[in-house]
Amino acid sequence: MRSIQKNLNGFNEAGIRPVAISVDSPEESRDLCQKAGYTFTFLSDPDLDAIRRYDLVHAGQGIKGHDIARPAEFLIDSKGTVRWRMLTENYWVRARPEQILEAAKLLQ
Amino acid sequence: MKKINWPLWLGFVITIFAFLSYPFIFANWATTRDFPWVNIPLFIVALVLLFIGVRRAFAPGRRLASKIIAPIVATISVLVIVMFVLTAFVVSRWLPPSTNAPQVNQHAPEFTLKDTGNKPVSLTALLTEPLNNKPPRGTLLIFYRGYW
Repeated sequence: MRSIQKNLNGFNEAGIRPVAISVDSPEESRDLCQKAGYTFTFLSDPDLDAIRRYDLVHAGQGIKGHDIARPAEFLIDSKGTVRWRMLTENYWVRARPEQILEAAKLLQ
Repeated sequence: MKKINWPLWLGFVITIFAFLSYPFIFANWATTRDFPWVNIPLFIVALVLLFIGVRRAFAPGRRLASKIIAPIVATISVLVIVMFVLTAFVVSRWLPPSTNAPQVNQHAPEFTLKDTGNKPVSLTALLTEPLNNKPPRGTLLIFYRGYW
């Protein structure tokens, strides 16, 4: 997230809107954004509605044993088609902004 | 004679620092986050110091307390190191296969979720609402584990 925020201008120039999604409530996400200074969109999916539809449920991994999302990134074009994605094999490893901006060149 | 077993304690301090510095410092940069390039060498240095420290504790003339404390400190340190290595290289790979996640060139499933202002936002809206007064070229969805 930090690296997305740092590169927000780059994403803006490329016409790419970053959106973060997790099971955190809107209030928890708001606290996080305030503390960390994130200014892009954060969406809250406590019922795993979108997370399930994208098949990203990581069962029982929350602190209270609830289900959460596994890390994943999708770049979607204006027609709603997935143009690039990254499903990491190790959750310490995440997509880098350079990779995403390179992938964004594919979009019209 | 009370002589501090400095390699032992230095090894212990480096172990704790190497453990805590990952989430608080080195996870902030992609290079040191994706692989713990700083933490692993620190653990190696710590292990060498701990080894020297334990040998020292059992040298002739050391107090009994030293012989008791050194193995305890060394064991705790080794457990911390094992925990870090397991988390970094084993636990972090326990991820669901996500075989039905949308593939490249497939249509991204629609959803509507609340933003931090409790306002419902749909994927369609994200894909069409202007960005910098221009139609957006795309949306990057970043699913993350959350802070639960």
